[in-house]
Amino acid sequence: MIELKNINKTFKIAKRNAGFGEAVKALFKKEYTYIHALNDLSFTINDGEMVGYIGPNGAGKSSTIKIMSGILTPDSGECVINGRTPWKNRIAHVREIGVVFGQRSQLWWDVPVADSFELIKEIYKISDAVYKKNLDEMTQLLDIGEIIRTPARQLSLGQRMRCEVAASLLYDPKILFLDEPTIGLDAVSKIAVRDFIKTINREHGTTVILTTHDMQDIEALTKRILLIGKGRILLDGELEELKRRNSTHKTLTVDYTGKLDGLADGMSISNNLDGHAIIVIDTEKIPVSAAIAKISEQAEITDLSVAGATAEEMVVALYKEFRI
Amino acid sequence: MRKYLAFFKIRFINGLQYRAAAYAGMATQFFWGFMTLLIFWAFYKSGANEFPMTFPQLANYIWMQQAFLMLYAAWSFENDIFDAITGGNIAYELCRPVDLYSMWFIKNIAARVARVLLRCLPILIVAVFLPVPFNLSAPMSLSAGLLFILSLGLGSLLAVSVVMLVYIATFYMLSSLGIRILFGSITEFLSGAIIPLPFFPESVQKVLYIFPFAYMQNAPFQIYNGYLSGFEAYKTILIQIFWLAALWLIGRFAMSRALKKIVVQGG
Repeated sequence: MIELKNINKTFKIAKRNAGFGEAVKALFKKEYTYIHALNDLSFTINDGEMVGYIGPNGAGKSSTIKIMSGILTPDSGECVINGRTPWKNRIAHVREIGVVFGQRSQLWWDVPVADSFELIKEIYKISDAVYKKNLDEMTQLLDIGEIIRTPARQLSLGQRMRCEVAASLLYDPKILFLDEPTIGLDAVSKIAVRDFIKTINREHGTTVILTTHDMQDIEALTKRILLIGKGRILLDGELEELKRRNSTHKTLTVDYTGKLDGLADGMSISNNLDGHAIIVIDTEKIPVSAAIAKISEQAEITDLSVAGATAEEMVVALYKEFRI
Repeated sequence: MRKYLAFFKIRFINGLQYRAAAYAGMATQFFWGFMTLLIFWAFYKSGANEFPMTFPQLANYIWMQQAFLMLYAAWSFENDIFDAITGGNIAYELCRPVDLYSMWFIKNIAARVARVLLRCLPILIVAVFLPVPFNLSAPMSLSAGLLFILSLGLGSLLAVSVVMLVYIATFYMLSSLGIRILFGSITEFLSGAIIPLPFFPESVQKVLYIFPFAYMQNAPFQIYNGYLSGFEAYKTILIQIFWLAALWLIGRFAMSRALKKIVVQGG
């Protein structure tokens, strides 16, 4: 159980204009601006949930993750995770959480990954039996049996990230924070990491909090999303419902023979060339089935696909809606 | 405790990998040792009585210093700690159920011990077989030998606890370069790494012995060569223990203060 109540965090940032004169001036008098990274932030996440935490760059996602993992102390507010306040009880708290920062590495650079794993085993006092069981499970699910005998410096990003995720789960954490875990990964590695996280959540009931800019991650992994912007939670809801709410349009891609004209109200052709048309349908005015019927009255359809709004488009719409 | 041992182990294994650096280091240290001894030899020939240490004492001091150089090197830092602080990777270190101060302390000790183990034996062995009076000789007595080992350990812990303050200071700075150079040169000078402390004027020595720097390499080497013996040796070890405890407390206090106001950089 994760509970955040009225968390505030302000960063003090030195600012100056460009130029030599300004730089000299800054030697004597520094100007600071205050950035309110988190503004009265509150939310609750239950055990076993998978939550996507989204928002544009600089919205406060990473700051929140850092507060929840005990690295950062907020200026005010309460945060209770499994009965503990992370920054007050750091060592006991971090025992139960796993963290993956997609842009950083927790593996020792010059030694084989297996040595780093051994170190984690000692740090978390994992018993031999549990360690072996977990390691077997990880190596199999993530396909890293061979990789872990290689020094971390010689791994590709995708290989390394799989090892990073495994490293954060060796000690059966109850909560897993993933901060952009798929950043820079190729399709195969992305899917491997996603599938793995899903399996862990399903089989171990691990609570997963995921921040990402990759909407496919969100779509593949999470049901619930939290949207943060300018340090506030703007939206908290089910992904599917949001999509439904925000997508009043569907796109039909049609290959046809014959002639298309005289479409119904609510249908508009955005592209029509050589028997290949893209038609946008306003579902508030006309249902998709009626639109298809209308087309097939006029022409012979050879191929047809219907696409709703992607999560990506939805997020863009949300960012616009909240002006963040 | 086991987890700190594991840290020691992984850093130690890591440190044993750099063999080329060890060979190069050994060659440099031989050369440096000879050069220093020859310079001092020239001075001794013009008037040995003017000198605070006998030449064999000096030879022992220099060879011990070269063999254990990496244990006390004030310019030897763990770069990944600086990187972690300035680059933000400290985020991961703070996500571990370990005490950060102890973890860094262990890392430094392990790195230093690994480097010394790779280098000290060849230097010590060759130094023993050098012609008199340039050679390394046995300690004055068994008790002096045992006190030397104790003092060697305490001195290196002391060296690391001072280095820890440099890491902690980096929390308040954007770059560690300035403080590293400043700290490195001051410590080398004040600890007797450049000129053995007895060669300083009496009045300067009085000041030098106020600082902890005089109790790093100076203490064990002067016990080994018999310059400090009996009561003086015991007193030196007690002062080493005092400084170690004091710097440890100061370091831990400063670290917990720094961590409270930490800002993890780089997103």
